Amino acid sequence: MGKTISEKILSKASGVDAYAGDIVVAEVDGAMIHDGTALLAMQAFQEMGGDRLWRPDRIFIVIDHVAPSATETFSKVHSTMRKFAEKFGAPLYEAGSGVCHQLMVESGLILPGNLIVGADSHTCTYGALGAFATGIGSTEMAAVFLSGKLWFKVPETMRIIIEGCLPPMVLPKDIILKIVGDIGADGATYKAVEFCGSTVKNMDIEGRLTLTNMAVEMGAKTGIIEPDEKTFDFLTTLKCNFKTIIRNDEDAAFSDILRVDVSKLEPQIACPHSVDNVKPVAELEGKEVDQVFLGSCTNGRLSDLRVAAKILKGKSVKKGVRMIVAPASRRVFIQALKEGLIETFLDSGCILCNPGCGPCAGAHQGLLAQGEVCLSTSNRNFKGRMGSQEAEIYLASPATAAATAIEGVITDPRKFLKGVERV
Amino acid sequence: MKIYGKAWKFGDNVNTDLIIAGKYKLSITDVDELSRHAMEAIMPDFAKKVEKGDILVAGKNFGCGSSREQAPLVLKHLGIGAVIAQSFARIFFRNAINIGLPAVEFRQVNEINEGDLLEIDLVRGSLRNVSSNKLYSIKPIPSELWQILSEGGLVSYVKKYGRLPWQQV
Repeated sequence: MGKTISEKILSKASGVDAYAGDIVVAEVDGAMIHDGTALLAMQAFQEMGGDRLWRPDRIFIVIDHVAPSATETFSKVHSTMRKFAEKFGAPLYEAGSGVCHQLMVESGLILPGNLIVGADSHTCTYGALGAFATGIGSTEMAAVFLSGKLWFKVPETMRIIIEGCLPPMVLPKDIILKIVGDIGADGATYKAVEFCGSTVKNMDIEGRLTLTNMAVEMGAKTGIIEPDEKTFDFLTTLKCNFKTIIRNDEDAAFSDILRVDVSKLEPQIACPHSVDNVKPVAELEGKEVDQVFLGSCTNGRLSDLRVAAKILKGKSVKKGVRMIVAPASRRVFIQALKEGLIETFLDSGCILCNPGCGPCAGAHQGLLAQGEVCLSTSNRNFKGRMGSQEAEIYLASPATAAATAIEGVITDPRKFLKGVERV
Repeated sequence: MKIYGKAWKFGDNVNTDLIIAGKYKLSITDVDELSRHAMEAIMPDFAKKVEKGDILVAGKNFGCGSSREQAPLVLKHLGIGAVIAQSFARIFFRNAINIGLPAVEFRQVNEINEGDLLEIDLVRGSLRNVSSNKLYSIKPIPSELWQILSEGGLVSYVKKYGRLPWQQV
């Protein structure tokens, strides 16, 4: 019987001829941990008697959630992480390097066909490069530190075929919000979601990363995209020469096949307090906001900053509104600086933050007060996530974020079509 | 493994931020202190009122969202004996088993009322609602997970056997 991409990757990593539903023990190609989950993992590793890491060169330790540290308590966590990384010889990405998922993708170490685990639910992002990547907890991460192995239930695959040319000002974020809204927050629980179709083929890697990043918001174990020439070109820019094709067998079995036509899609927005509470932006127009956040592992990449800067150029953020911009990594920040995007943001009154998770993770940098409204390009609008439990978080694309910051009310970005030839 | 306690009922899609908010997870490292904020967004007094052995009963997709292990950890720390839900988000489910908190899938959660006394027998795979005197069978926990759960979690397992469940003897 034929296999899906996920079945192939888990079969190879476990050495077992595995199909959906099987439980296998597989060796991972890489493991990532950050300051939000590291402490418990380091403690569990110690309690398990760990005295050496399975493969230090394959374990990535990232300081990004409270970076730089906002409290003495977290300074201590960071200090423990630094000592741990040094003692065991694992690479450490210091505060200011960027958001873990962006760093992993930029590292050139995530390859098609890899099996990657991360102590963060959005680890599924790396599936945009054709890897099987999934989030795990801290204690499991300690087990991976010890053995490099973990048990996995081989998931069924839900295939989402996306077709059509995206209308102007409608971005990959709008596609994934629409899908999450349609399927629901538990619509793909325990499944691998494979994004395919002409729209995905034509989409750049950054757009694909936005799609796979939010697979977990419908409960999926991973989001995955068949690697193609674009994937290989992207890897080449990372000085990584890799061209192994991995695709579904013709007779592979899928649990569901969904077709999405995006040719008439409108900009979308997820309303409080769940990611699947999705409506067209037009329905929310006029709703006042206090803060706009452009950044995160979903939409803090260069193409996101470019579209927002194009809209903001020569205009100002509405008086009384705070717009926070946090590039996803130092590399993104530097390139944005070279292209003049940072100057545009500063000219228009934005607040520039260092690369990191700050505002999205609700740790520091832009926490919301009671009654405040934030429009964010991140991936979660759970109650209390960005500060007060009495605050509201809306999720939308970078274009909608920029348009909203200018107007001070939720705004359909198509209003700014003039002057922005193509985004 | 028998668990006996009274039910605390919650709805669908209780996410990890509701179980323990990111702002606490990222500012408090002491589990005792952290646990005081468990479920506070939905039930402000939960941490104060809950008693050892109590059972948390929820609808579908319990624990969706973050991979934070602090979510099942604060529940276990407060003495919750088991979480019963119509369905679980996968990372929460794995985390619960790995720290030794029984997570049980059960379809008829709507037949359980807040405050009902429940008795769960994980070995026999049964759930008795003592208050309504009804007996149900529950989905057994897969054997791969049972060996972790029955030892009280992955750390306890390693301490006892000197190896991970998947490492050869």
